[in-house]
Amino acid sequence: MIGQSRISRIIAHLALILGILIVAFPIYYTFVASTHSLQTILRPPLPLLPGKEFFANYYQALFGGIGQIGGVNVWTLLLNSTIVALGIAVGKIVISILSAYAIVFFRFPGRMVFFWLIFITLMLPVEVRILPTYKVMVDLNLIDTYTGLIVPLIASATATLLFRQFFLTIPGELVEAARVDGAGPWRFFKDILLPLSATNIAALFVILFIYGWTQYLWPLLVTNRNDMNTIVIGLRKMISFADADTQWHLVMVTCILAIVPPVLVVVFMQRWFVRGLVETEK
Amino acid sequence: MSPRVTFPNKLLPYLLVAPQLAITLVFFYWPASQAIYQSTLREDPFGLDSAFVGIDNFRRVLADPNYVNSIQVTVIFSIATAVLAMAVAMFLAVMADKVVRGKGFYRTLMIWPYAVAPAIAGMLWLFMFNPSMGTFAYMLRSAGIYWDPLLNGPQAMFLVIVAAAWKQISYNFLFFVAGLQAIPKTLVEAAAIDGAGETKRFWTIIFPLLAPTTFFLLVINTTYAFFDTFGIIHAVTGGGPGKATETLVYKVYNDGFVNLILGESAAQSVILMVIVIALTAIQFRYVEKKVHYG
Repeated sequence: MIGQSRISRIIAHLALILGILIVAFPIYYTFVASTHSLQTILRPPLPLLPGKEFFANYYQALFGGIGQIGGVNVWTLLLNSTIVALGIAVGKIVISILSAYAIVFFRFPGRMVFFWLIFITLMLPVEVRILPTYKVMVDLNLIDTYTGLIVPLIASATATLLFRQFFLTIPGELVEAARVDGAGPWRFFKDILLPLSATNIAALFVILFIYGWTQYLWPLLVTNRNDMNTIVIGLRKMISFADADTQWHLVMVTCILAIVPPVLVVVFMQRWFVRGLVETEK
Repeated sequence: MSPRVTFPNKLLPYLLVAPQLAITLVFFYWPASQAIYQSTLREDPFGLDSAFVGIDNFRRVLADPNYVNSIQVTVIFSIATAVLAMAVAMFLAVMADKVVRGKGFYRTLMIWPYAVAPAIAGMLWLFMFNPSMGTFAYMLRSAGIYWDPLLNGPQAMFLVIVAAAWKQISYNFLFFVAGLQAIPKTLVEAAAIDGAGETKRFWTIIFPLLAPTTFFLLVINTTYAFFDTFGIIHAVTGGGPGKATETLVYKVYNDGFVNLILGESAAQSVILMVIVIALTAIQFRYVEKKVHYG
């Protein structure tokens, strides 16, 4: 480009490298800590390079018997997080694609009322109505269940709005052609709408998976039993900065285990994720 | 828009919206109306007795110095987090826009923190900066600075702000990169031919043209700082020391679940709902405006 010197490009590269160092450093440093022994971690400063305890620490955290985190092993927590994140992502996509389909491709009394009923919930994140929602959970006996962890979080207007916007761009001729060829609503949905929405679904899946995995307040409230904790909550329970007994090297391993799955999802599905994020949230 | 082609079914559409509607009613409308109802009641902590008190709960909440404090904390926290996260992200995005090679590589490394849970982000920073074993705390002490975020309010605030902003950099970065790509290169080149230097081009052309993106991100970041950072505060400071980092959402949680002051906690929820609705309305006005910019 005109007006851009070689030097300014080099400066830009240097700035970006510095930026990445800052952005990635906390994660890298946690990884470094997870490869050192407890004694090394407790004696600052911690070295900048990984230590020799990688296999020992990870083996102990993953297979070192039960009882690491309140009597529960890491696998259970990871499994819980995976179930919750997948449940929220899939559940949200399914119910919102169905309701958006109804609102765009059918005419029925009450259509706009339903649309607004759903739309208004955009303005009510779970954080602002925690106590009454918690009470509903207690009344429905949903404390310490996967249903209780997942279902309240899958009702949100964002995904419905996104699908609605996308469906509105599908030309009416396509619907007409399908009907002329004798396709019913189900056939149209399955053979035309779903394939067309594939990119949107992929993008949304990544965003919602991260959303589910990183939930904190809700899992904290609706789980009492340790074996129903997600890994983020379990991690919080492992840490006590005042307590000398905290197994820091294992905490660090658990930290890395809690970070890696969502990071992998984001990095590997980057293309859809970035497109979906930047296009949808406007 | 011409009338859409639709399917003639009568019953099917109701079945299709039913799941979402059911969940919305049970987990949104019912609790929200309960919150409003409860905010007009005073209940003893055992839930045995309650009395209608009108807007008395609101009056008490708004007159409570602790609540006023938590408003202040929230405002400082949100502004600092949003400004810090956006400034760093904008700088990095402008730099990324300049480089020709390695764009994808930089982006891949930059989006990591997006996938990190806020609570874990808080723990990572606390690990580096906690007074007993944090490496950076050790360095600060060696440099002669008294550092103890577990006892010193402003330092605790600083720590949660940095952790919250750090997590948000990736998100802002992606949007700024997209915003920068939408700016016509011809404008920037024309200015360059007219002799404007890089700094001048940034402030007179790029920055104003980025304004829609910046404003959108400002709303998103504020909402994030209000609500999504509960995990950071709960994991890092627990609202302390004292009440130095007690944000509005944290106070709702603390009063409702720890201190069991139900009526006032519900009143706080209702106030929060009003704030969210205002933020959302601003966001939508902006979306309308943006159409003009094209």
